[in-house]
Amino acid sequence: MLNHSRCNFLLRRGSVIPNDNMKKPNCPSGACDDGDHAQAKARWNPYLVGIGIGVLSWIAFGLLNEPLGISTALSSASSVCALPVIGSEGVAHNAYWVKNPLQWNGGMLFLIGTFLGSLLSVIISRTFRLEKVPATWSQQFGGSTAKRLLAAFLGGVIIMFGARMAGGCTSGHGISGSLQLAVSSWTFFLTMFVFGILTALILFRKRASASR
Amino acid sequence: MNFPVSAETARWLALPMGILFGVLLHRGGVANYNVIVNQFRFKDFTVLKIMFTAIIVGGIGVLLLKGAGHAQYHIKPANMLGVSLGAALFGVGMVLYGYCPGTGVAAMATGSLHAAVGFVGMLVGSVLYALSFTWVEANIQTVAALGKVRLPDITGVPDWGWFVILSAIAAVVFRLIETRFKPATAPMISSGESKL
Repeated sequence: MLNHSRCNFLLRRGSVIPNDNMKKPNCPSGACDDGDHAQAKARWNPYLVGIGIGVLSWIAFGLLNEPLGISTALSSASSVCALPVIGSEGVAHNAYWVKNPLQWNGGMLFLIGTFLGSLLSVIISRTFRLEKVPATWSQQFGGSTAKRLLAAFLGGVIIMFGARMAGGCTSGHGISGSLQLAVSSWTFFLTMFVFGILTALILFRKRASASR
Repeated sequence: MNFPVSAETARWLALPMGILFGVLLHRGGVANYNVIVNQFRFKDFTVLKIMFTAIIVGGIGVLLLKGAGHAQYHIKPANMLGVSLGAALFGVGMVLYGYCPGTGVAAMATGSLHAAVGFVGMLVGSVLYALSFTWVEANIQTVAALGKVRLPDITGVPDWGWFVILSAIAAVVFRLIETRFKPATAPMISSGESKL
């Protein structure tokens, strides 16, 4: 509790980004800003959340006859973004979007629901806040919004290209595929974690000077 | 076969299910950049706890449903080169972005501007994939393509055996995490802290 009030005091008022020189003796991870504490209070036990997602997948398999997934619907929606680039002819003849066309199917409604559900939860718990640069990032790379947004954009491009090449993401492969004991999905799960850890090691390596 | 629900009903059921999924992602704390990145730095195990629990609970339930004839499996093909390369890119992208596709969408709703910018990146990424799809399909997805295989198929260990193994691993790992480890990010406000 002491921790929390201390951090709250230091980092109150929305858009303050933890600055490099600011010593945060009680917040070794640098993740102690006020929004995180509000979020922390709204959080449920992760095991219960896991059980909840597991039960959702029973319904998905039993009633919808379709595993839970996000990236398939998301990439079908991307065809709209390609329209100005390659035109409607180009999209219509693209082998990928022929196979995975944009439609109001269960997957798309699930994707929209995910956004709405998170929004609902954020409103109920009153934890909505504009976040430009998260604490863990600013501790390593400073408070530049442009730098963070560029990294997020690049990361988004890479993660989605990877998801499509692998045939699924954390939900489609990681949860829905792994729970079916699919070889492809366990390969995805383990490889993804190994490369994520390696990336984190490089990205968040200790710097000679603690901050810059 | 499956429970008697029309395709139309099932389609609309997906919306409230997505809403529940979004609520669970947010309340689970995984719509938070710090929580996800710190999983890969071994400073926070929330992601692992949620995923592993979901896999075991979901897997046993779906196995029983399938046994009773109420569910079918939907196995993604094990194109080992494509899956491995894709997963490697995914891991790199996940740490750079700080979210995965689902949690990124959930995080946008919480006010994360960088999640929204990364979402645009994800749309660009899928456009790039769609444009390279024919080539990837012909040259990468055909390498080491094992088909829609499952772990029981290639190991001979039956389904229930796998869930016994996974549950045992989960029990040991969860116990280690809970007893030996103090999370660095956004700690749960638990009764243990009230003594302050």
